This record gives sequence, C-alpha cells and structure tokens, in this order.
Amino acid sequence: MSIHDMTNETGPVQNIDLQTDQAVIKLLNDIDLYRSPDVRVVLLELTTQKVPVIGVDLTGVPYMDSSGLATLVEALQRVKKYNGKLVLFGLQHRVRSIFEIARLTDLFTIQQAFDHE
Amino acid sequence: MPDPIKMTIISDPSNIGAVRTAVEAFGERNGFTREQSDQAGLAVNEALANVIKHAYDGNSNQFINITLDMVADNGRPGRALKIVIRDFGRHVDLECIKSRSLSEVRPGGLGVHIIKTVMDDVNYRCVPEGGMELTMLKYIVPTQEAGK
Repeated sequence: MSIHDMTNETGPVQNIDLQTDQAVIKLLNDIDLYRSPDVRVVLLELTTQKVPVIGVDLTGVPYMDSSGLATLVEALQRVKKYNGKLVLFGLQHRVRSIFEIARLTDLFTIQQAFDHE
Repeated sequence: MPDPIKMTIISDPSNIGAVRTAVEAFGERNGFTREQSDQAGLAVNEALANVIKHAYDGNSNQFINITLDMVADNGRPGRALKIVIRDFGRHVDLECIKSRSLSEVRPGGLGVHIIKTVMDDVNYRCVPEGGMELTMLKYIVPTQEAGK
C-alpha cells in the first residue's frame, strides 16, 4: 500500500504532501482514541522512511485527547533518533490547551504556519 | 437542581466523542464556562479511553455507564458537576492509577494526569460485585483556580 492510500477526504489524514526532504500531513477532525491509530500508521511510515522534516497540519483538528498526544510523542521520539524534525502547526485554541495541560508545548516545535528552512 | 443524565454505551472508541459532547453541553447548560465544560468533557474522554484500554483490554462490546449530575457542593458554597463512570471489567490496581512524571518523555500514561489536572476531585474504587467506579467532581464556585 502506498502512503497516499492512507489518506481520506474525511480524515483523519486528509492529505500527505511528500517531497524529497520533507512531508506535510494534513489532519482533519478529532484526533482521539478512535482516530489516532490511523494517524500513527502514517507517522510510523514517514519515520521509517526517515523523512528529514515532517510537518503536521492541525488547522482542521478541533480536538485532541491523550491518545493523539501519545501518537505525536512517539513520532517525535522516532524523528529525533535520525536527527530529523517534527513540526506541528495551525493548532486551534482547544488543542493547544491540551498540550499545555500535558506540559508538552516545550517539547515540540509548534508554529502558526509551516515555516521550515 | 436539574435531573441527572444517565447514559450507557458499549466500549467502542467511536462512542467516546458523543459522550464528551453530552458532558460539555450539560456543563454549559448548568453554568460552567465553555472552557470549564470542555475540561469536564476532556476528563470523561480520558476516563472512557482508560476503561476501554485497561479494564476491557480493548474489547469493544462491553458496557460502560455514565451519570452526570449537579450536586450541592459538600461544605462549600455553590454546586458541583458530579460525573460517575462505572465499568464491569477487571479490577485495576488502585496503586497503578496515578499520574506519571511529566519529565519522563514517552507516549501514553497522560490520561490520569489530565483527569487530575482538570477536575477538582477524583476518586476510583473497586466495586465488590466487579468492575470499577470513577467519581469526579468539578466545582462551579468558588472562583476556579488558575488552570481549572
């Protein structure tokens, strides 16, 4: 199965823009225990390919729970192992507050819009 | 006081969102701010996820009862949102239900920390007939502490 087969217009992974040195995945809908496994599959694949920079577009995510956070923490750990970078961007207020409750805002690179040099 | 709301769901992760939405609406209808209601919904989300993962080992055909109620705040002025979540799964060691250190960076184990951060009172008990019961309170007054 190609990585693009892991996308779905209705989410949770709506789109994957995979280039030579970076990938941007666009998530959609709540990322919770129900949907985070689909996100995990994509992030595992991208980190297995050791994509140097992975951007996660959260603009379309109104809600995330600890299973979504755990999925991102796991991806961050895998990226760091090959000195890659994981960038989260477009966090809605509600999603940002969950990162704050879990005290994860300092752990991740969080941007308003994807801006990677 | 409004009538309590009682719900029973089966332990499928796809059902968590509907319960969370009901909790948020119940909170807002009973005087909580949007943010406070969202926090109560988040606590219920995390509690249900823990039941599904740990008490039912991921089985998606077991029952979970949820009760929402507004109660007099014991010994304090005002009222509290009381949420009771009852499962019929295996007993989880109460010693194991605790927040992990957040300095330890690893996936998982954040749910209990989130519940205890956003709710004012959290109590787990093993039910002798089987399963666990989680009771959570969130006070509407006095003025919420920072972050709650």
